[in-house]
Amino acid sequence: MTSLTVNGTVRTSVSPPATPLLDVLRGEFGLTGTRFGCGEEQCGACLVLIDGAPAQACGREIATLEGRAVTTVEGLAGHGIIAALIAEQAGQCGYCLSGMAVAAAALLARNPTPGRAEIAQALDPQLCRCGAHPRILRAVERAARDMAAGGTGR
Amino acid sequence: MTALPKSLEDNRRLDRWLGFAAGRVQVSVGKVEIGQGIATALAQIAAEELDVSLARLDWRAGDTQLAPDEGSTSSSLSIEVGGASLRLVCAEARALFLAEAARLLNASPDELDIADGAILRDGAETGHDYWSLAARVELARDATGAVPPKPRAAHRIVGTSTPRRDLPEKLAGRGFVHDMVLPGMRHARVLRQPRPGATLVSLDAAAIARAGASLVRSGDFAAVVAPTEAVLRSAAEAARPQWRDGDAAAPEMAEAAWLATQPADIRTRGSEASPPAGRRHAASYSRPYVSHASLGPSCAVAHEHDGILEIWSHVQGVYPFRANAAGTLGRDPDSIIVRHAHGPGCYGHNGADDAALDAAIIATLLPGTPIRVLWSRADEFAFAPAGTAMQTSLSAVLDADGRPIDLSATIVSGVHVNRGAGRLLAARTLPNAQPLPPPAESSDPYPGAGTRNIVPYYDIPATRYAHHLVAGTPIRTSALRGLGAVENVFALESFMDELAGLAGRDPVAYRLGLLSDPRARRLVERTAAMANWPARGPAGTGVGLGLAFARYKNRSGYACVAVRVEADTEIRLRHIWCAADAGLAINPDGVRAQLEGGIIQAASMTLKEQLRIDADGIASRSWADYPILRFSEIPPIDIALMDEPDEPSLGMGECTMGPTAAAIANAASHALGLRLRHMPLTRERILAAAA
Repeated sequence: MTSLTVNGTVRTSVSPPATPLLDVLRGEFGLTGTRFGCGEEQCGACLVLIDGAPAQACGREIATLEGRAVTTVEGLAGHGIIAALIAEQAGQCGYCLSGMAVAAAALLARNPTPGRAEIAQALDPQLCRCGAHPRILRAVERAARDMAAGGTGR
Repeated sequence: MTALPKSLEDNRRLDRWLGFAAGRVQVSVGKVEIGQGIATALAQIAAEELDVSLARLDWRAGDTQLAPDEGSTSSSLSIEVGGASLRLVCAEARALFLAEAARLLNASPDELDIADGAILRDGAETGHDYWSLAARVELARDATGAVPPKPRAAHRIVGTSTPRRDLPEKLAGRGFVHDMVLPGMRHARVLRQPRPGATLVSLDAAAIARAGASLVRSGDFAAVVAPTEAVLRSAAEAARPQWRDGDAAAPEMAEAAWLATQPADIRTRGSEASPPAGRRHAASYSRPYVSHASLGPSCAVAHEHDGILEIWSHVQGVYPFRANAAGTLGRDPDSIIVRHAHGPGCYGHNGADDAALDAAIIATLLPGTPIRVLWSRADEFAFAPAGTAMQTSLSAVLDADGRPIDLSATIVSGVHVNRGAGRLLAARTLPNAQPLPPPAESSDPYPGAGTRNIVPYYDIPATRYAHHLVAGTPIRTSALRGLGAVENVFALESFMDELAGLAGRDPVAYRLGLLSDPRARRLVERTAAMANWPARGPAGTGVGLGLAFARYKNRSGYACVAVRVEADTEIRLRHIWCAADAGLAINPDGVRAQLEGGIIQAASMTLKEQLRIDADGIASRSWADYPILRFSEIPPIDIALMDEPDEPSLGMGECTMGPTAAAIANAASHALGLRLRHMPLTRERILAAAA
């Protein structure tokens, strides 16, 4: 058994210790916002925050997360990046957007006023196949502006 | 009366499309959301014609029980055909309700209007609305298509950039078929036949059981079924299936040049006269096999219950898939229900149908148990149909001014249309698998598949082409965004730059000298202006500007793309401009999103993408083996949407693919002072062209 905090709530997983965090989130906790893209830590679709740092959930065994705090896209519901992604219509299929939102939230937490090149650098590991990139970049810029203006960020 | 659009001709009954209950409007359509925003644009059309707010619409798309049969969501036809049908349905329904209200009110329909579903007389409420009148208005009747839709000037919802209906739910962590959970659902994965025709010799059933999973099997179809995804993965790894025989492939088959050495079914079209004598120019272009490379692997859920096989899938066509599944399973189509559910981005015939058939077969072998199939990333790369390699060779006869007076094309291609009974992966492994007939694909110019856009949109007195359709591709191929138009436009628009160079003309001026459609001319001029074309500069400086134009299928959306690059031994995109003409754009921001997405996907394919092949077919089985364009490689993209609101709406999802590929090649060739004719335009290709 592994106890961890997920989106502010203490949860206990009964999955075997080597189970990837992604399977625990989706299969055991019913948090389906974290998407399965490759299972090989190559696409970023399953990005979550672990104690505030971005990590791909497919590559983290649940047993390593005892006492840690995990934030998923569901935990970003009130975060400025979600509203900004919708405002910029920054998705086509939307499958990559959970990971994009998490990556952007991590960036904005450490750099509230990133330039476009810094945003692109931070999002570079995150794959999008539909070509929503320009809109996603604009959404991160918008979120930064909104949060600086005391908007919906945190 | 003019012919009805196909979707309406095939589904005449109004109540197949519309229902009114409890203050809501139930709209049912066959064209499905595959990431292109169609659900939003079609909803705008329905709300516009019915005079109801978008918030009143309940949307149902792609359902063999509950929605009309509109075939497949493909070929950029969802607005042109699906939208045109829905518009006529809604206009006619509105007229029927107005007529009934007029009768009750002893008024003329001309005195009445509708506001958010309420019937108004001289602007005042009448107490009647769609819902109060619903019991009196019979929608179980065939559409006539005779009620004219609203004129453009009356549009309030069509033509606005309405936000996508589906994004909030997806960002809240729901919305994909991948996210479905049914009570008692089990997770399953097929042990894929590694080579076509291979026979399953053995597998380790005991190891599967030790891992906590079970095995289902029928002939060479074998699948592992487990309580969780994690158990499924370890059990599938433990299964260690042994196969014998099957068709082996080889690395050299990954090149389009190999395809050109293979037996082909040759079809010719166009001018039967021999090309005249005169100065000639000829060149050959190619693209390799490319992957859909959708971000999420294919997924489906199937449940055999109460004599019904119910399937949820992200297929492009629920009815075509149902027919295919019924044929494969040998059962009555009426005993199968297929419901569309959202999937990761769909750019054509990907693995969705195969995954759905996987789930369907397993569900029929385990009645009562809901079965979820999610492909692995490796299987998605290795087993989804690929976009075929192609080679397009062009030969022009030029007049004294260097203008083409005669153009011959030879296309060598695998199939782009590869659906139909028995062609899905699992069907090939069942005990009753039948020999496959050779692929059937039209060689006509419209809509064309391998031949798509091979007839130039320019004024060339005589054109002809030969389509060499090769059945023996080393990997399974089918429709991928743009089909043959990507390679054919890449070839034609590269060739136009070459011809302009031979004539000593500017490429833009040269094109305008051959373009008579005023909409096309405006588009090329606008794109050139956006890109500051007059300041283009000489060739060979390491900085290049290129441009290319096409009208998709020569009848659909127009796009002109200009690209600035820096190039040495690699090509870096610096800026992209695009002007496009959608006719009446139902949702201008949605059109822009499609244009941007097509440009980026085409740029990725043009610069980077090629599937590698080994003895077991596709060898590129991870993102590390198949890189796509990333954020830091994507330049600013400026889009100009031409304003043509009085022209019919045109499908826009695929129109940028070919022009983008050619514009990049033209820009790179301008930068380098040498011609690159073979995608992808990698370092190796540049060095080869320079040698």
